[in-house]
Amino acid sequence: MSVDDELMREFLLESNDNLNQLDRDFVALEKDPAATELLGGIFRCIHTIKGTSGFLDLGKLEALTHCGETLLSRLRDGELSLDATMTSALLAMVDAVRRILASVEADGTEGSDDHSALIENLSRLSAASAASAASAASAPAALAPAPAPAPAPAPVVVSVVASAPAPATSPIAKVVPEPAAPAEEIVTATKGPAISDTTIRVDVGLLDRVMNLVGELVLARNQIIQFGTTLKDASFVNASQRLNLLTTELQEGVMKTRMQPIGNVWNKFPRVVRDLSHACGKQVDLELDGTETELDRTIIEAIKDPLTHAVRNAVDHGLETPAKRLAAGKPEVGRLHLRAYHEGGQVNIEVSDDGAGLNIERIRTRAVDRGLVSADHAARMSEREITHLIFLPGFSTAEAVTNVSGRGVGMDVVKTNIEKIGGTVDISTRPGNGTTLKLKIPLTLAIIPALIVTSRSERFAIPQVNLLELVRLEGEQAKKSIERLHGTTLYRLRGNLLPLVFLDRALELDEAATASDVLNIVVLQADDRQFGLVVDGISDTEEIVVKPLGKELKGISAFAGATIMGDGRVALILDVLGIAQRANVVSASRERALTNKSGSAKDEGEARETLLLFRIGKEGRMAIPLSMVARLEEVARADVEQAAGKDVVQYRGAILPLVDLGREIAGEPSCTDADLPLQVIVYSEQGRSVGFVVEQILDIVEQPVTVRHRAPRPGVLGAAVLQGKVTDLLDVHGVIRRNDPSFFGRENAA
Amino acid sequence: MSGKEKTMADTRQLCTFLIDDMLFGVDVMNVQEVIRYQEMTAVPLASATVRGLINLRGQIVTAIDMRARLGIEPRDASLLPMNVVATTSDGVVSLLVDQIGDVLEVDERTFERAPETLSATFRELVPGVFKLEGKLLLLLDAEKVAALGTSAGRPKLRAA
Repeated sequence: MSVDDELMREFLLESNDNLNQLDRDFVALEKDPAATELLGGIFRCIHTIKGTSGFLDLGKLEALTHCGETLLSRLRDGELSLDATMTSALLAMVDAVRRILASVEADGTEGSDDHSALIENLSRLSAASAASAASAASAPAALAPAPAPAPAPAPVVVSVVASAPAPATSPIAKVVPEPAAPAEEIVTATKGPAISDTTIRVDVGLLDRVMNLVGELVLARNQIIQFGTTLKDASFVNASQRLNLLTTELQEGVMKTRMQPIGNVWNKFPRVVRDLSHACGKQVDLELDGTETELDRTIIEAIKDPLTHAVRNAVDHGLETPAKRLAAGKPEVGRLHLRAYHEGGQVNIEVSDDGAGLNIERIRTRAVDRGLVSADHAARMSEREITHLIFLPGFSTAEAVTNVSGRGVGMDVVKTNIEKIGGTVDISTRPGNGTTLKLKIPLTLAIIPALIVTSRSERFAIPQVNLLELVRLEGEQAKKSIERLHGTTLYRLRGNLLPLVFLDRALELDEAATASDVLNIVVLQADDRQFGLVVDGISDTEEIVVKPLGKELKGISAFAGATIMGDGRVALILDVLGIAQRANVVSASRERALTNKSGSAKDEGEARETLLLFRIGKEGRMAIPLSMVARLEEVARADVEQAAGKDVVQYRGAILPLVDLGREIAGEPSCTDADLPLQVIVYSEQGRSVGFVVEQILDIVEQPVTVRHRAPRPGVLGAAVLQGKVTDLLDVHGVIRRNDPSFFGRENAA
Repeated sequence: MSGKEKTMADTRQLCTFLIDDMLFGVDVMNVQEVIRYQEMTAVPLASATVRGLINLRGQIVTAIDMRARLGIEPRDASLLPMNVVATTSDGVVSLLVDQIGDVLEVDERTFERAPETLSATFRELVPGVFKLEGKLLLLLDAEKVAALGTSAGRPKLRAA
C-alpha cells in the first residue's frame, strides 16, 4: 500500500539521519561520559526507531533496538556508567540497525543476519552491570555508579571493567570486531543510489528565496515577451520563446520542490481512527483516495490540524455505534472516506462518512439553547443555513462531552484555519446517510492565477478562486436587464437577482466616467454569496506573484496585496470579500442567499414568472410576482406609528402604510416576537407605496405558473404549485383596496 | 588619535534633499538608495500621502509624498519627484522629494531640538535641526514618516 511505502520511506530517511548523528554522539560521549543530555538524545533516538519499527512490523529491528534501549535507559538513569565495551556494543548495535535498514530499503526484508549474539551481549551488559553496580554500591565511593562524578573517562573504564564479572568480557571481545567490516560492506553492497543518497534536506528559507527569485524571473520573462511583440526580429523572438519555455519549466520545478503529497498528513489517520474508534466502541473502515495529490508544504502544514479535527469529528459524531447501525439496516462497520483531488487549480479534500448525518432539528435547538441565534430566527433559517451553524464558535451537537470531541471547539477552528489560507469549507448532509465535509484549498499561496481587469484606466487583479463567470452586456441589453431598487443595482442572471457593485465607485476612483454602452460584469463569489463587479474592461488571466503590501496600506480591506505586471508596473490585487463588505453585499439581507435553489430550466417554453415566496402565520405559503416588489425591508417594531387607526412607518421621507397580511388573510398577526424586526414587502405604484408585513421571506422562484382557481378567499387570487407545494397567490390590488379604498381611486381622479 | 575618535563620534552623515526649498536630511544608514522618478500605481482608498506603489526590482515599495506628509502645498506638476528609498523597521518606503542634495557630514554639536513654534506635523517628523553655515538642515525621522497609521487619510486620490 502506498501509504505504508511512504511511511517506510520517511522512516528510512529519518533513521539514516539519526544514525549518523548517533555515531557522532557516541564518539563525543566517550570523550565526556558525564554528558547526560547526549545520552538522553541517543536514548530518544533509539526509542523512536524501536517504536516505529514495531509499528512497521520490523520484528528483528524492534528486538535489537529494545535491548539497546534497555541498556541506554540504565545509563541515562545513572544506574550504570558508560565504558568502552558498552560503547562498542552500542555502536555494534547502531551498525546492525543500519544493516537492517539497508536491507529493508533494498528488498523490503530485514535480511538474514542473525543478531542474537549482539542481543545477548547487550542484555548481558545491562543485567551484568546492574549486578556489578549493586556490588559496587557497597564498595568505596570511587566505584559509585553515579554518572556525574567521573573526572576523566579513563578511570571509569578501568574500574568498571575490572569489577565486571569475568565471563562477561569474552563474548564482548567476540562481538566487538564484527561491526567494522559490515559497515563498509553496506556502502558497496547496495545496488543503485540509496534513498538517503538521492535526497537532501534543504532549508525552507533557501527554497523560499529561490521561489522568490523565480517569481522575479517570471516577471522579467513577461517583460521580454511583451517587448518581443514590438520587435520584428526573428532571432529575438526565438530567443524569447526559449526563455519563456525554460522559465515555465523552472517555475514548475521549483514549485515542485515545495510540493508534498497529502499522504504525508493522512498517513497518521489510520492510527488516529483506530484508536478513536476503539475509544468510542465503533467500527470504522477508513478509505484514503488520492494520497498522492500534492500541495505546497506551507499549505500541508496549515491543513494538518483542521483535517485531524474533521476526521475525529466524523468518527466521534458522525458514525454510529455498531448496534445503531445494524438497527438502521446498515453494515456494522462504518465507512470513513477521505478523498483528495485536483480541480480547477485547487485541491478538493472530502471527508465523508456514512453515519447518521446531521440532525437539523437538534442543531436548531442547540443553537437556540446556546444563544447563538434567536428562536424565531432559527425557525426561519433554511436547512443549509442550519447546517452551517455548526461552524459557529461554541457549537457542538455531541450529547456528552467526550475526551475526543464535544468541547465546543472544532468545526469553527476547521473553518477559520482553512479560510486563513484562502480555502473554503462546505458541509452537506443527508439524514441517515452521512455527512460530507468538503474543503477547497489553493495549491499554493505564492503564485495564483488571476483575472486582470481595468477600471478608470487602472489595472486590478482578481484572484481566479473567487471568479464564477463573466457577463458582457451591450447597448439596449445593458439598459434593459439592469434594475435599480433604491440605490442598489441588480442584474437578473438567469432569473436570480445578482447585486452589482461598480468597482470605480467602490474604490472611489476619479469620476471621469467614460460614456460606454457596454457593461462588463465579473460574477464573483464572496463567502457564500455572489455579486457582480462592474468593471470598464476585462483583459486576460495571468499567473501573478502575490506580494504583500507595506504596513502603511494593510488597513485597506479592499486589497489583498499587489503584483508586478508584465510591463514592470505594479497592480493591486482585489480582496473580493473586502470589496463585498465595503459594498454591503455580504451583510445584505439573507433572501439573496436563498435564490439559487430553484429556477432550474425544467419547463422551457411555458410562460415563466419570477415570484417572491413568503410565509404568513404558521403555515400560509404565499407568492407575489417579483415585478410588483419594490423592495424588501426590515422595520424595527419601535418605528411603527399609528395614523388614523392604521399602522404606518416613516419610510424614506414619506409615510408608508403597513398592511399585516397575516391578520388580513390567515387571521393571525405576523412577526409576534417583539425583539425581531418586521419583515416588510414594499409595493409601489405611481409614487405611492404600501408595506405588506409577512411572517418570513422564503425564496425567489422562477418557474412556469399555472393558476388553479379555487373559490378565492379575500386577498387571494388563486393557488399554484410552486416548489412542489401549493402556494396562494396574493391579490395585491384587492388587499390594498380593502384597506385603503382611495389608494387607486385617487390616482384615477388625479 | 584620541582627537580623531572624538570627531568620529561627534559627526554623522546625512543624505540630504530639498522639499519646498527646505533642506532635509536622513541618516545615510537608513537610506538604501536614491532613484529617479518611477511610474507609480495609485492606491485607491489610501491616505493622500501615499502617492502610489513602485516596483523596486521586484519589491513593491510604497511611495510617500513628503510634501503631503509635511502638509506643504503640492509641487508643480512639471517637477518630477525623486525617490529616496529608506529602510525602516517595517520594511522599505520611498520618500518622494523635490531634489537630491549631497551627503553631508554634520557636527552633532550644531544640533538643536526642533523649536516649539514649528507646526505640529513638522515637530512630529523632525526631531531637530543642524545649524549649518548659512542654512538649516532639518533632520527627518524616517520611522515616523512611514508610520501613517495616525494621519487620517483623505480617501480621494488622483490617478497617477
